[in-house]
Amino acid sequence: MAKMKVDFDRCKGCGLCTTSCPKKIVELQTEKLNKKGYYTAVCIDDDACIGCALCAVMCPDCAITIGGDN
Amino acid sequence: MPEFKRPHALADVTTHYCPGCTHGIVHRLVAEVIDEMGIEGETIGVCPVGCSVMAYDYFECDMLEAAHGRAPAVATGVKRANPDKFVFTYQGDGDLAAIGTAEIVHAATRGENITVIFINNTTYGMTGGQMAPTTLPGQVTQTTPYGRDTSNEGFPVKVCEMLSQLDGVALAERVTVIDPANVRKAKAAIRKGFEFQKNKQGFSIIEVLSTCPTNWGKTPVEALERVKTEMIPYYPLGVYKEGAVR
Amino acid sequence: MAEKSLMKGNEALAEAAIRAGCKCFFGYPITPQTEISAYLSKRMPKVGGVFLQAESEVAAINMVYGCAGSGIRCMTSSSSPGISLKTEGISYIAGADLPCVIINVQRGGPGLGGIQPSQADYWQVTHALGHGDFHALVFAPASVQEMVDTVTKAFDLADEYRMPAVILADGLLGQMMEPVAFEDVEIKMSDASGKPWAASGHGGKRKHTIINSLYLKPDELEDKVRERFQRYEDVKAKHTEAICDYCDDAETVVIAYGSTARLAKSAVEAARKEGIKAGIVRPVTLWPFPVNEINEACKNAKNVLVVEMSMGQMVEDVKLALNCSKPVEFYGRTGGIIPKPAEILAKIKEMGGKN
Repeated sequence: MAKMKVDFDRCKGCGLCTTSCPKKIVELQTEKLNKKGYYTAVCIDDDACIGCALCAVMCPDCAITIGGDN
Repeated sequence: MPEFKRPHALADVTTHYCPGCTHGIVHRLVAEVIDEMGIEGETIGVCPVGCSVMAYDYFECDMLEAAHGRAPAVATGVKRANPDKFVFTYQGDGDLAAIGTAEIVHAATRGENITVIFINNTTYGMTGGQMAPTTLPGQVTQTTPYGRDTSNEGFPVKVCEMLSQLDGVALAERVTVIDPANVRKAKAAIRKGFEFQKNKQGFSIIEVLSTCPTNWGKTPVEALERVKTEMIPYYPLGVYKEGAVR
Repeated sequence: MAEKSLMKGNEALAEAAIRAGCKCFFGYPITPQTEISAYLSKRMPKVGGVFLQAESEVAAINMVYGCAGSGIRCMTSSSSPGISLKTEGISYIAGADLPCVIINVQRGGPGLGGIQPSQADYWQVTHALGHGDFHALVFAPASVQEMVDTVTKAFDLADEYRMPAVILADGLLGQMMEPVAFEDVEIKMSDASGKPWAASGHGGKRKHTIINSLYLKPDELEDKVRERFQRYEDVKAKHTEAICDYCDDAETVVIAYGSTARLAKSAVEAARKEGIKAGIVRPVTLWPFPVNEINEACKNAKNVLVVEMSMGQMVEDVKLALNCSKPVEFYGRTGGIIPKPAEILAKIKEMGGKN
């Protein structure tokens, strides 16, 4: 199944994606800053991701892709 | 297999928008509609002055940058010279409902066959959060430090309500992008606007209730909540006018 | 040779624009130029063009910005107070390197001023047609025929140099009727073909174009402005124009432009009949200003007289052109009053031989 994938350096860490995940498995990590200085969104349980893309729908930066080559 | 990727009409660049600013969502929706209709090569966009001033770098179609408030006049010039092309403006509330009020009202009443994407976030974002024509009564901004006092600053402009009174308007719809269901509705409205234009049916405006976390002093997630609890009650969502003019 | 017909200046200008390949006109009514709009509202639909009465001068010039930005030959016209409103858009047009023609049928000012002829917008058109570092081409025809002939030239040079061109008329030229002939002209660059910079839809065949005047990085903006001023040097070298009459032995050289130049020429010819060595220079382009032509014409002059329908605006440029090498005097009427040849002649006589 296609999974959520975050473009680490495109993400601005706004957290809008965390509000829309039906499985509540999208969070902002607090381990590593990207080159813009943001803590980015991550899927904390890939196995639970159903690839619904609701996180991507809410991303203002097109930093989340589902499936495809990205 | 379900896929979600960047639409072609949305340039593959990082925008200058603040984290959580919903401009980015609306840009993507416009680009998705352009992709789905297969009209990128026939589309010409007009940017405003305001936070989306540099939107010309974010769309892959041809773009013009207009003076503050003048996007509907610029779009009129493009459209009259190129009636078979798709022309859209992308404007904020200060641009459209304050300095550009005459331009938007007259483009609308002429039934100018263009699509207007109107971002209402109740503030002037680019200049640092001053009172906008859409600032809510009581709202604190940099230039209404004690809250917008309607006895002094008057009342917000309800753009969809106002423009829906004009005979030239084919579509006036207010949407928001605070959750996936509303994003879907917003995209459908934008698509409708471009379809109206395709069928030469007249002027369409899609007002998008948007966030400005930075100038509202809220987190991006809190900002979504403010749209729901404060903006939607004052600016009800829905279709204010729909029907071919021509 | 084309047949001559009697036409009002404003209408002749409008007809000339159509014949020059102007496809779209955006305007707003204001005296004394309204006949241009009225004429084009009748003619444009018949020739497949666009006439649109805008909601304001501001909107009209921004429609021009959009239309020109999509590569289509277009024009607007107004009179003094309306031009003030358009200056915002003109600055953006210059900043985005767009070609267009703007007509100013000048009336008296400041403020609402009056509706009679005037040349009081000289400073504005040559020095301050909007904010920022830029110039517009400025043509100052002196007859209805010359206005007609200038239109094609204005469009062509605007396209060639990607800059706005102004035809600076006045209420006298706009309102008077004169015989006029429309010669066939070759129409160049009236649409987006040959304009790779135009935003007309890329059709999937090229990268997107952006029509823009915003450069947030100072070095980029400086480069852009410097590149534009390089182009201006080329315009100055190739397209500065002035007409000089009776200047070879002239002791008093009169300098005047537009309709005033015709009155001044009458005065100069009357002076010659009385044995006074007077000559006249008529700047045809006000920007670029004919500095060399004026110096050449004045080389034997003892003094110089500038005549304008204003309090004296071009007089400063004449002094600068001559580097204060000759005494420069001024005679003018303002507020909508046209100077009479006899008044100009009296001034020439008063100056006679002085240095």
